[in-house]
Amino acid sequence: MTSANDLTTKLEAVDARRRWLLASPALLTIFLAAIGPLFIVLAYSFLTPGDYGDVKWQFSPDAWIGVFFERDIFDDTLSLATAHVDIFWRSVKLALITTVATLFFGFPTAYFMATRNERSRDLWQFLITIPFWTNLLIRTLAILQIIRNEGILNTALIKLGMIQEPIQILFTDTAILIGMVYVYLPLMVLPIYASLERLDFRLVEAGYDLYATRWRVLRKIILPLAKPGIIAGSILVFIPAIGAFVSPSVLGGGKNMMFSNLIELQFGQGRNWPLGSALSITVMIIVMAALLVYARNNSAKDERHA
Amino acid sequence: MKNTTISDDCAVDIRALRKAYGAGESAFVALDNATVSVRENEFFTLLGPSGCGKTTLLRMIAGFDYPTSGEILLNGSDITSLPPFQRPVNTVFQNYALFPHMTVAENVAFGLEALGKPRTEVKARVAEMLRLVQLEHLAGRRTNQMSGGQQQRVALARALAPQPKVLLLDEPLSALDYKLRKEMQSELKRLQYETGITFIFVTHDQEEALTMSDRIAVMSAGRILQIGTPREIYNRPADRFVASFIGETNFLTGALHGVANGKAKVTLKSGQSVVVNAASDAPASGDVTFIVRPEHASVVEGSGDLRGIVEKVVYFGTDTHLHLRLSGGEAFTVRQQNGSVSGSAVEAGQAVAVAIAEGAAQVVRA
Repeated sequence: MTSANDLTTKLEAVDARRRWLLASPALLTIFLAAIGPLFIVLAYSFLTPGDYGDVKWQFSPDAWIGVFFERDIFDDTLSLATAHVDIFWRSVKLALITTVATLFFGFPTAYFMATRNERSRDLWQFLITIPFWTNLLIRTLAILQIIRNEGILNTALIKLGMIQEPIQILFTDTAILIGMVYVYLPLMVLPIYASLERLDFRLVEAGYDLYATRWRVLRKIILPLAKPGIIAGSILVFIPAIGAFVSPSVLGGGKNMMFSNLIELQFGQGRNWPLGSALSITVMIIVMAALLVYARNNSAKDERHA
Repeated sequence: MKNTTISDDCAVDIRALRKAYGAGESAFVALDNATVSVRENEFFTLLGPSGCGKTTLLRMIAGFDYPTSGEILLNGSDITSLPPFQRPVNTVFQNYALFPHMTVAENVAFGLEALGKPRTEVKARVAEMLRLVQLEHLAGRRTNQMSGGQQQRVALARALAPQPKVLLLDEPLSALDYKLRKEMQSELKRLQYETGITFIFVTHDQEEALTMSDRIAVMSAGRILQIGTPREIYNRPADRFVASFIGETNFLTGALHGVANGKAKVTLKSGQSVVVNAASDAPASGDVTFIVRPEHASVVEGSGDLRGIVEKVVYFGTDTHLHLRLSGGEAFTVRQQNGSVSGSAVEAGQAVAVAIAEGAAQVVRA
């Protein structure tokens, strides 16, 4: 009896060991690529800046104080870091406008694709993904060429006699927005397309049959059924947009900073790695909190419905 | 809007309707020269195999497709080119097409809200409709949590709620199992009776068409072959296809001579002759095809209309099928009711005489 029990426990132990061993490549990847770096950033945010960048292994809460407050250089008093708050709001604002704009342009595009016949749909999908194969920097520089004062856009408008002087678009928020909308548009189109492609267009017919006009069918049937795609697309655009780096630094000209430019500054010229780390974590926490609140609201609404 | 003279009791008037895809020689004609008048309060069925054009015709009445030529009139006014949301016509779709993101009540309210009815009226009407289809208790349920039969009822309530002039039903029962289908058939008849709305029903099921319809239009390959009551369609099919599509039939061919008072004599290969019904437009002489339903023929003592040898006897419970080879070589089936328990006295190999019931033989277009 006891020997049988011993055998079972022994076999179970072997089994458990084997399971861990088999899972180890996945666990190792997750640790090395996701959790590990996050802990390093977190640890750095509590250290003292080194003289030439890097960190000194000496605990200091200064970085976290620096995220929210600035120390007066004369009397050492703390005041709210308005520069950081401003840059953060700019980032949120630009990311939100980008999300809305990509939705505005992306939804009709996705609807167009989803209503083509099956063969040409693949072609359209392929065309949408082509920009992904080109380097982001090159795509952004191409936008710069179009919108700069001597660029195609201004030259054409002057030639057409619509304006006398070139419009200053480059190095403004508009330029950053144009760049971000262009770069993130496919991320909005593809998930919406995926949900519209699954849409049963007989439901649209049923809507028309029940006296709904085109606008009403769009509002009451197509949009609610495309909602998962719209949400996925918005998240896919909003999150990288809030942390966008290339568009603001190339098209914003360094004056119009977004959050990632600020972070970059701390790791570069600022030589304040702990502050950069603290800022990184701050933006991550805010985005995650926003998503969680949204997800909770949404699931609560669904439950009420059912 | 065109003003045309039509009779008052005509709900839907379809005139020379044609639908062709593509152009020229290669064009596919889905519907060809369809002309039919559906009466007020009628249960009208479009019957035919898949691809015969019945759904195309229905979709054009609903406004989902537009005809290549021809006219559709609803209570006398031309609706041929109106968009679907401007036609007082509602559809029950084959797979119901219920809105999955709405509750049962929201589905039923959809058409009324689109028409801009006041909130209280919508609420009352939704409740009334759900009562009509016996689903009051499921008003708050999502439609994807329901059985096929329940979804069917929601689809009916949704389509009937705005009180359409005509209800179009596109094979609504085909997705249900046999028992539920039978149940819904009588439910549909009851709803039509209670609401007094004209129903245009599309099906490929000949039995369903016969039991439910006031009148049937039999369609094949984009054409309407015959329009008539179920009895007319079954007993007096005008066309070979109609005769074979509905019920079982014996086809015989022979030489026709002399049509008088709608009757004529046809001489078969064996030399025997049969009195048949022939329409006045039938050819006065020459070879014709006529039909005899198996239950309209019987094996008799002495001399009948036909003679043959019994090849096979098949017992079906309520009746027995006798497969004969006639003296002219044609196959012929006789269906005998099993009126007594003693069973059929006829056996395979036996030579028998066959009598055809008065007026049962009918000449059809080949």
